[in-house]
Amino acid sequence: MFENLLVQGLSGLASASSLFLVASGLTVIFGVTRIVNFAHGSLYMMGAYLSWTLVTALPRGHLGFWGGVLVAALIVGVIGVLIEVLLLRRIYKAPELFQLLGTFGVVLIVQDVALMIWGPQDLLGPRAPGLRGAVEILGVRFPLYELFLIAVGPVVLGLLWLLFHRTRWGTTVRAATADREMVGALGVNQRMLFTTVFFLGSVLAGLGGALQLPRESVNLQMDLAIIAEAFVVVVIGGLGSLPGAFLAALLLGQLQAFGILIFPKITLVLAFLVMAVVLVVRPHGLLGRPPASAHAAHVVEPPYPPATPLVRYLGFAALALAVLVPPFMGEFALIVFTEIAIMVLFAASLHFIMGPGGMASFGHAAYFGLGAYGAALLAKHFAAPMELGLFAAPLMAGFAGVVFGWFCVRLSGVYAAMLTLAFAQIAWSTAFQWVEVTGGDNGILGVWPSAWAQPKLVYYYLALVLCVGVTLLLRRAIFAPFGYALRAGRDSPLRAEAIGMDGFRIRWVAFIFAAIAAGVAGGLFAYAKGSVFPTYMAIPRSVDALLMVLLGGVQTVSGPIVGALAYTWIHEQLMRSFDLWRLFLGSVIVALVLFFPQGLVGAAQRLTERRK
Amino acid sequence: MTIALPRRAALLGAAATLATPAVHAQEGPIRIGEINSYSAQPAFLTPYRNAWMMAQDEVNAAGGINGRRIETVFRDDGGRPEDAVRHAGELVNNERVALLSGGFLSNVGLAVADFANQNRRLYVASEPLTDALVWARGNRFTFRLRPSTYMQCAMLVEEAAKLPARRWATVAPNYEYGQSAVRWFKELLTRAKPDVQFVAEQFPALGRIDAGATVQALAGANPEGIFNVTFGADLTNFVRQGSTRGLFERRSVVSLLTGEPEYLDPLGDEAPEGWIVTGYPWEELNTEGHTRFRENYRRRFNTHPRLGSVVAYDTVSAIVGMLRKSGGTETDAMIEAMRGLTFPTAFGEAEVEFRAIDHQSTLGAYIGRTALRRGRGVMVDWRYADGRNYLPTDEVVRTLRPQG
Repeated sequence: MFENLLVQGLSGLASASSLFLVASGLTVIFGVTRIVNFAHGSLYMMGAYLSWTLVTALPRGHLGFWGGVLVAALIVGVIGVLIEVLLLRRIYKAPELFQLLGTFGVVLIVQDVALMIWGPQDLLGPRAPGLRGAVEILGVRFPLYELFLIAVGPVVLGLLWLLFHRTRWGTTVRAATADREMVGALGVNQRMLFTTVFFLGSVLAGLGGALQLPRESVNLQMDLAIIAEAFVVVVIGGLGSLPGAFLAALLLGQLQAFGILIFPKITLVLAFLVMAVVLVVRPHGLLGRPPASAHAAHVVEPPYPPATPLVRYLGFAALALAVLVPPFMGEFALIVFTEIAIMVLFAASLHFIMGPGGMASFGHAAYFGLGAYGAALLAKHFAAPMELGLFAAPLMAGFAGVVFGWFCVRLSGVYAAMLTLAFAQIAWSTAFQWVEVTGGDNGILGVWPSAWAQPKLVYYYLALVLCVGVTLLLRRAIFAPFGYALRAGRDSPLRAEAIGMDGFRIRWVAFIFAAIAAGVAGGLFAYAKGSVFPTYMAIPRSVDALLMVLLGGVQTVSGPIVGALAYTWIHEQLMRSFDLWRLFLGSVIVALVLFFPQGLVGAAQRLTERRK
Repeated sequence: MTIALPRRAALLGAAATLATPAVHAQEGPIRIGEINSYSAQPAFLTPYRNAWMMAQDEVNAAGGINGRRIETVFRDDGGRPEDAVRHAGELVNNERVALLSGGFLSNVGLAVADFANQNRRLYVASEPLTDALVWARGNRFTFRLRPSTYMQCAMLVEEAAKLPARRWATVAPNYEYGQSAVRWFKELLTRAKPDVQFVAEQFPALGRIDAGATVQALAGANPEGIFNVTFGADLTNFVRQGSTRGLFERRSVVSLLTGEPEYLDPLGDEAPEGWIVTGYPWEELNTEGHTRFRENYRRRFNTHPRLGSVVAYDTVSAIVGMLRKSGGTETDAMIEAMRGLTFPTAFGEAEVEFRAIDHQSTLGAYIGRTALRRGRGVMVDWRYADGRNYLPTDEVVRTLRPQG
C-alpha cells in the first residue's frame, strides 16, 4: 500500500516538472510584457515536433538525442523572437488583451502548418538513451526518465533563479516585471528586453515540448491540451512568479495523481476547481503580488463619444437592411443571418463587462451555454414550449451571473478573467458529466421552436427583435448614469469610492446584466440549432466572444457589433470554402491585428477624427 | 439503360418517378453532403476522404447511377456539433444535396441525425459509435454503418469471458463513448461470468491523460485483467508508461479499437503484444474484395488503407446501392431502399445489411491479438466477427428504440 502511494506521488512529481517547464516560460513572458500568450501551447507543440524531426534524423546515441532536444528548443526560441518582432512588437500600445487576438491567429496558423509538415498521424519519438528502463522503488517499477524529469524541474528553477538574480539582464527583467514604466524611464532598452524575454520564454516552451518526446506521442492536439493547464498553473502561482509557478505545478501534479485514486472522473475539472479555490482565497495567486503602484496602472481610456449622426445613419441603414433584405433570401442565408444576430448580442454582452466594466472574461460562454441549457432542460424534462424556454434562458444565466459574479468582480485583470474561466469550466464539466440530467456530451436533442416560429424567416425576425432589442438596452445602460458609474469604477476606483459609489455592487450588477444578455443569446441559439451540447460553453466559444470584441474594438461601443458581424461572416465563409481554413483565418486575424490595432471600429473612429 | 437493371428495381424506380413528378432535373449529378471533423480528427479522416474520392471515381467511371454521376460536397465541422448543423442547413438548402452523410464524433452524429429528423432528410452516419444514434435517440431518417460501442464490446466480452482473469480494472476516456463502453463491458461480462469483480476504474480526460499516475493507479489495484478504451495519443502515452512500469506483464489486456492501423501504427515497435483487440488486419486480409481494394488504394495514394478508408468506401458503396435500388432521390424512397439494403464491404466478407429494425448495419470488425512483426504492431490470430451476431435480440432492440 505505502509503496504504491509513494510511487503515485513520484508520478505526480514527474507531471509537475513537465508542467512547470511550460508554465515557467509563460509566466516569464507575462511578467514582463503583460501579454496573454495564447501561442505558448503552439511553441510547446513545435518543440515536440522539431525535436522528433531532429532526433530521428540525427545519429542515435546521447549526442543525437540530447543535441536534438536542445537544438529544437533553440529553434523554437528563434520562432518566438520572430513572432515578437513581426507581430507583437507592433501592437504593444493596443488596448489590454488585444495581443491575445494576434497570438490566437498564430495558434490557428501553426495548427495547419504543422499538419502540412508532419502529417496527420501521431508520431512516436525514440526513448532517451540511457534512460530507457525502470528502477525498482520498494518493489514497484518506476521509469528512469520520469526520475530524470523530476530532477529537471528544480534544476531549471534554480538556473532561472541564478539568471534572474545574478545577472544584470535578469535584474532588469525583474525590475520590468515590478514596474515597466520606471525601467523605461531609467533608460533600459525595452525593445531588446522584450525580445530577449520572449526568446527565453519560447525556449522554455520548446524545451518542455521536446522533453516530452520519450514520454508521449507528438500530435496535433498538444497545443490546446497544454495551454489551458499552463495558464492555470501560472495564475495559481501568481502571475510573473517563478517559484509560484513551481509550487502550483507541484500542487496540481500531486492533486491529480492522488485525486484520481478517489474520484476517477474528476480529471476534467480538477485543475479549474483548484484554481477557483485558490483565487477565491488568495486573489493574486499563491505567491503573486498585487500590482505595484498606482502610476503603473493602465492609461485612462477616453470617454465614449455619443453616436455621431453618421454612426446613427449607418446603424439605421444596417438595421433597415437586416429587416428588409432577408425575405428575398434563401433558407441558408436566413440561418447564417440568425446566427450573426445571436453572435452580435453575445459579443455585446461580453463587451458590457469588458469595455465599460474593464473586466475581461475568459469564460463568458458559460452564460451563453447556461441560457441554452436553461431552455433545453425545460424542453426535455417538462416539454416546455419555446416561449417558456426563451424566458428561462436569461433566468438561468442570470442566476449563474449572480453567484459566479459575486466571486469574480472582487478580482481584477487577468486573475478575474481566469476565475470566470474556472467557473465556466466547472459549469461545462457539470453539463458534460451529469449525464442523467443533461445527456452528457451527447447533449439534448429536439429543442425546436414552437410551430409559429418554425419558418426560418419568422425565427430570424424573432431573433433579430430580441437581439437588437437587448443590445440596444445594453447600449442604453452604458450611456445611463449606471454606465458612467461603471466606467468611473474602472478608471479610478479610489475616487469613485470616495464619492460614495459602491464599486463592488455596480460591477456585480453589470456582470449579472451581461450574463442575462448572454443567456438570451444562448436560448435563441438553442432553438436555432435544435440541440444543445456542452461545446456551447466550452473554451473555444468563450474565445470566439473575446475575438469578436477585440476585433471590433474594445474601447468603442459599436465595436462588438462590427466585430461579431466580421468574425462570424469570415469564419463561416472560410470554413466552407477552404480545407486549410484555419491557416486562412489565422492569417486574416494577424493581418487585421497589424493594420487595425485599435480594432475595426477604433480604426474607423481615428480615421474620422483625423478628417475633422 | 433500364435493361441492365433488375426488373423490380426498374419498376420501383418508375414508381418513384411517378410519385414525385419532376422535382429535380433527373439529368444532373446526384449530390451527397458529407460533414465530418476533418480538421479536428485528421488522422482518421484523411484516409477516410481519400477512399471516399476513390469510391466515387470508381462509381462514376463505371457509368454512375443510371447514367447520373455522383458528386460529394465536403464540409468540415471542426468537431463542433453546432457548426455541423449549420453545414447541414447549407448543404440541404444551397447545395441541394440529396442526402447527408459522415460524422466522426458521437455528438456531431446525434446533432445531424436530429437535424435530418426535423428536416425529413436521409442521413447515413458512417463513423459515430454511440448506441444512442440508432437506439435511444434513433429516428426514421438516420442509418449508421459502423459496429456500435455495444457491438464491439460484445465482441470483446466473448473473448474476455474465456480468460481466467476474475479481477478486472478499466480505463476509458472521460466522455460518453468511454463511459458507455465501460458500462457495457461490465454488464456483459458479469452476465457471461457472474463471479468477475471490478476493482478499479480510471477516466482520464480525452487527449490529456496523465499516463504515469493513471498506470500507477491501475497497478495499485492489482487486477488480473485490464479493459482499455483509450485510443490515439492517450493510448500511446498509456502504453509507454504501462510497458515501462510493467503494468501489462502477467495480466490480460482487452482493448477496444487498438487493432485499427490508425492507433496501432503510431506505436511503432512499442506496440503491446498479446492484447485482445478489435481492429483491421489490412496486411493479412486477403479476401478477393479486400485485396483489390487495398491494391487500388495503394496505387493511388502510395500508402496502405486505414480503417477510416474502409468506413468511407463502404459508406459510398451503401449509398450507391441504395440509389440504384431507390431509383430516385426522393427521401421516402431512399429510406425504403436503405431498410434491408445489402451491399458489399471493402473487407471482402459476406454482404452487409442495413437492418430494417433499427437502421444499424451488420458490418463487423476483426478480433485478434496484437503482436510485433518487423518492428511494428500487427494483428494475429484474427477472425471476422460478423456484426449481426453481436446485436441484442429483436425484442430487446424494440425496447431500446422508440417505436412508431
